[in-house]
This record gives sequence, structure tokens and C-alpha cells, in this order.
Amino acid sequence: MATTRQLCVISGKGGTGKTTVSASLAVLAPRPAIFADCDVDAANLHLALRARELERIPFSSGLIARIDENQCILCGSCMEACRFGGVQIQDDHYWIDPMRCEGCLTCTIVCPEDAIETEKAETGEVLLSDTDYGTLVHARLRPGSESSGKLVMAVREKARVHAQQENAQVIVIDGAPGIGCPVIATLSGVDLALLVAEPTPAGAQGLDRALRVAEHFGVPAVACLNRADLSSRQADAIARDLAARNVPLLARIPFHRSVVEATALMRPAVEVAAAPVRAELKSLAQQVYERLLACPCAGDSPSRPGSCSTCS
Amino acid sequence: MKIAIASGKGGTGKTTVAVNLALSQEQVLLLDCDVEDPDAALLLHPEILSVTPVTVFVPKIISERCTSCDACCEACAFGAMAVVSGRLFLTEELCKDCGACYLVCPENALVPRAREIGTLTRGRAAAGITLVAGDLAPGEAMATAVIQRVKAEAVAGRPVIIDAPPGTACSMVHAIEDADLCLMVTEPTPYGRHDLEQALDVADALAVPTAVVINRCDLGDSGVRALCKERGVKVLLEIPFDQALAEAYAAGRPAVDADARWLPVFRRLWDDLVELVSERRRQVLVGADLEADE
Repeated sequence: MATTRQLCVISGKGGTGKTTVSASLAVLAPRPAIFADCDVDAANLHLALRARELERIPFSSGLIARIDENQCILCGSCMEACRFGGVQIQDDHYWIDPMRCEGCLTCTIVCPEDAIETEKAETGEVLLSDTDYGTLVHARLRPGSESSGKLVMAVREKARVHAQQENAQVIVIDGAPGIGCPVIATLSGVDLALLVAEPTPAGAQGLDRALRVAEHFGVPAVACLNRADLSSRQADAIARDLAARNVPLLARIPFHRSVVEATALMRPAVEVAAAPVRAELKSLAQQVYERLLACPCAGDSPSRPGSCSTCS
Repeated sequence: MKIAIASGKGGTGKTTVAVNLALSQEQVLLLDCDVEDPDAALLLHPEILSVTPVTVFVPKIISERCTSCDACCEACAFGAMAVVSGRLFLTEELCKDCGACYLVCPENALVPRAREIGTLTRGRAAAGITLVAGDLAPGEAMATAVIQRVKAEAVAGRPVIIDAPPGTACSMVHAIEDADLCLMVTEPTPYGRHDLEQALDVADALAVPTAVVINRCDLGDSGVRALCKERGVKVLLEIPFDQALAEAYAAGRPAVDADARWLPVFRRLWDDLVELVSERRRQVLVGADLEADE
């Protein structure tokens, strides 16, 4: 049995079209395929793929603290020790704000009365759903929660388990914007990162930052430009930068209202958008999967982009 | 007055709104808290005044004193400390600088050492704007620490606009938590609606009042308007998709710069925000009075 190859879609900047591209890649993925939405605090892939929920598993990233008022002597040591503003005072009593508590439990160390208990943090839920194209693993982060990185790892792990069960060839992972823990957790151990860029200064910056993170973690990268015709000057500048960094630019998807209409219809763009958009998405998918499945450096030790003849 | 601009969904137009709102006023302090990808400077082109490192502290292990007793490993809730083959190791990126390990070490073998995780850039732009942007170094995980440094730059006596990060996790929380009002910028699509709902939940849990701007309002469906109606959230502005605006953005030009007709639009938005904040303060006072009377 061949190893399942993993592809993640990231961007740095939000709103460049990760979910739009991921959904279309899902439609065209070699079967069987598993999909994972690692944008856990603003998950949208389940909407694009019209997912039907099968399972919901509560997830806790660790512990949080809670003050037992009966034991509390109001000394304030916890408030002094807490570096995250987790301990609040209201009228005459101290309480811990679950939204601010980071679960470090330093307060439990300093409390002279053992008045602080710990309980499981309600970080969120991991969800398993069925779609017309394959199994989707996604999640819901409790709003305000931290440890989105850990929840992402839980989604990744569940996707791996299902990939094994279903003998899946690929796992397609929709990533979060930015470059923080959730994105780092999304990149961990993937065979190929697809960067979605938009031809704007912010898009170029996001692309650069996301690429640096991918490079930092040794993940080979390829790219595509979305809404590419918005500014041919910016698009060409990005293309030149990518060429200089040995990151193949696989597609230039034009802006078209039909892509937004596809979103509103909750259908992947490659199914219903205008012909030029569909053509570019199909070409993108073909090239991405060709590289993902054929590349000898994918699946073993990740190498720098451009280091093998297939990747460069 | 402190207004945070957030969204839930990325790419809806937070920075666009934040920058144009700031340009419509005078002397705004604009805090770019989207530290994983700060881009307000790409529209404002500020004159850089200073760049300072953002440091966090991690424990330095004084090996002569360390007895590998494991106390810090037990105390660390984040798995940053581990004893391997009899030696203590720290994984820096996991350290949240909570202080627990220093408290439990019986040998005084841990001392805090500064570590740079990003930068803080101060700059001056048009309309008397001071732009303070936080930048988390690629590869680092502690976005919150950088956000808090940016927030610490807020001064009284100047209007403050906070450009918050996308999402609804802890970085967004830290960016908006002390705002007088959080203005959510959204798009009229199922993604926009889904993420807006979560963002509103966060603001409500933080007791931060909210209002909404619908960007690209003619591209999509009516779900977002329906949500705002359901939740009693005011939609202060609807901006239709504008090719010229999009191209100006792609060229690094704010809307009010590219087309002066946008200036009164954003001025009015600011006035509406001021009015909403005042109204909310009046409500809170009335509420407090009523409680006192009971």
C-alpha cells in the first residue's frame, strides 16, 4: 500500500482563496481522498463541500483553573502571579476568566490555601463528515480559545487515521491564514504546500511570509495566483519573485463574479464557475496531484523547494 | 475612543476599513495587531520612526545547579521542559513565559533570558496618523505576546483604531478585548456569515459592543443581513464591489486617496461609531442606575 500523500493549502494573507481552491482540489482529487479543514476558528470547507455531519468529538487542549470561593482567603497571590490577566476581581471575589486563562496553572502553585482547582478546558470539537467527494475531518474551536494549534493536530491525526482506514491516496488540507501555531501545525509533515496568492501588496507580503514558514519547516512549495487579472503588474512581480525562489507558479486564476456566486450556492468553483476559472482550476489540480503523487522527495524526508527535478 | 476592526473571516476588508477610517479623521493612533501578517503599512506607506524588537523571556538552564529533579517538567503545562538521558532540555517555542518553572525549581537553576520573537514598528503617515505595527517572526508561535506589546502603545487623548487579526481564537480576543466597540467587516456569503457569527459570539462573551460593515455587498446572498437582523446588530455601511477600488488596493492606494468621494463615507462611518459608543455608555449608566435603585 502506497503512503498517503498530504497537501496543504496556505496563504499568509486571509481571503486569497484557500477554501475556494481547496474545495475545487477536493472535487478533482484522486480517489479515495480525505479532506481536512485546519482553519479551525473560521472553518468554511464544510460549507463548500456540503458536508453531512457523522461524528462530533469534544476536544480539550489541557486544563484551566477555577477558584473555589469557599477556600479562597482573598490574598490576591493568584492575581499577582498570573501573567495573562486570567484572574479577575469583581466586587469582593476573585474569579478566573476561562477566555483568558492559558492553563499554565501557576496560580495553583502560589495559592497558599489550595483554593484553586483545575478542570478540562473546553477547547472545541473535532468533527467527522461525509461529502460527495470523500470524508472530511474538521473542527470547531470554542470562540476565544487558544491552543488552536493542538486542535489542528487533532484534526490532522484523525485525517491520518481515516486515510489509513480508507486506503486514501491523498489528504487535502485547507489551512488557516497567518503564520502562527495553527499554520505551523498544518504544515507539519505534509508533502507539499500550495500557496494561494493574490496580486496585491498585502498578498505578496503574505505569500513571502508563508513561504518563509514553509521553508523554515522544510516543506516543498508550489503556488497559484488567484484573482490574477486584478493587477497584471503585481501578478508579474509575484511571478518573478516565485521564479527567483524556485517555487513553481502553477496557475493564474482570473477574477470572476461566478466564483462568489459558487460560494453562495455552496458549490466548488470548478463545478459551476465561468469556463476560464474552471479551466485554470483543473490545470492547477492536475499539476498539483501529478507532483504530489510522483515526487520522490514527497513522503520521505522533506527537502527544500527546487531540490529535485520533479519539484523544480 | 478605541475601535477594533475584526471579521472572523480573512480578507473581508478589515485593513481597508481601518486605514480609510483613520485617514478620514485626524491624529488617529492605528494599531496593526494582525501580527502574523501586518499590512496596514502597505496602504499607508508610513515614514518609519523606530523599529524595536519584541522579546519574551524563556528560562536559561544553569547546568551547574540543575539536578534534573523533574520539578519544572511537572510544573510546565506546555511540555516545554523535558529531562532526556538525565539532562534538562527546554523547547523554546513551546514556552509561554508563565513563570511556573522558576517558582518550583529548588536549586535556583533557572533564570529568565530574553528572546526576540518579532518587532514593533512605529511610523508616521498622512492625516497625522501614527501607525504601530507588530510583526511576529515567521516560525514563531507567540502571536499574543506581540499583540499585547502593540496594544500597550495606546495612549489616552487620541482616537485609537485596532486592526485585528482574522479568526476568532485568542489573538483576535486579545486584540479586541478592551475596545469601546468592535466593528466587524464581513462579506455576504455563507463563509462570511458563518465566521461573522463566531466573531460576534466572541465579542458578546467579552461584552464588547458590535456593529457591521458589509463589504462587496452586491456579490453574494442575503444571509449576513439576516444574521445581523436576528442578532440586533447594526449594519452601518454597505460597500458594493468596485473594480476601481480593488485596483487601487492592488496598487497600494487607500480608497479615500484614489477617489475623494469615499472620504465623506468614512467620516460618516466614524460619526456613527462615536454615536453608537455614546449610546451604549448611556445605556450602561441607565442600567447601573436602575440596579442601584432596586
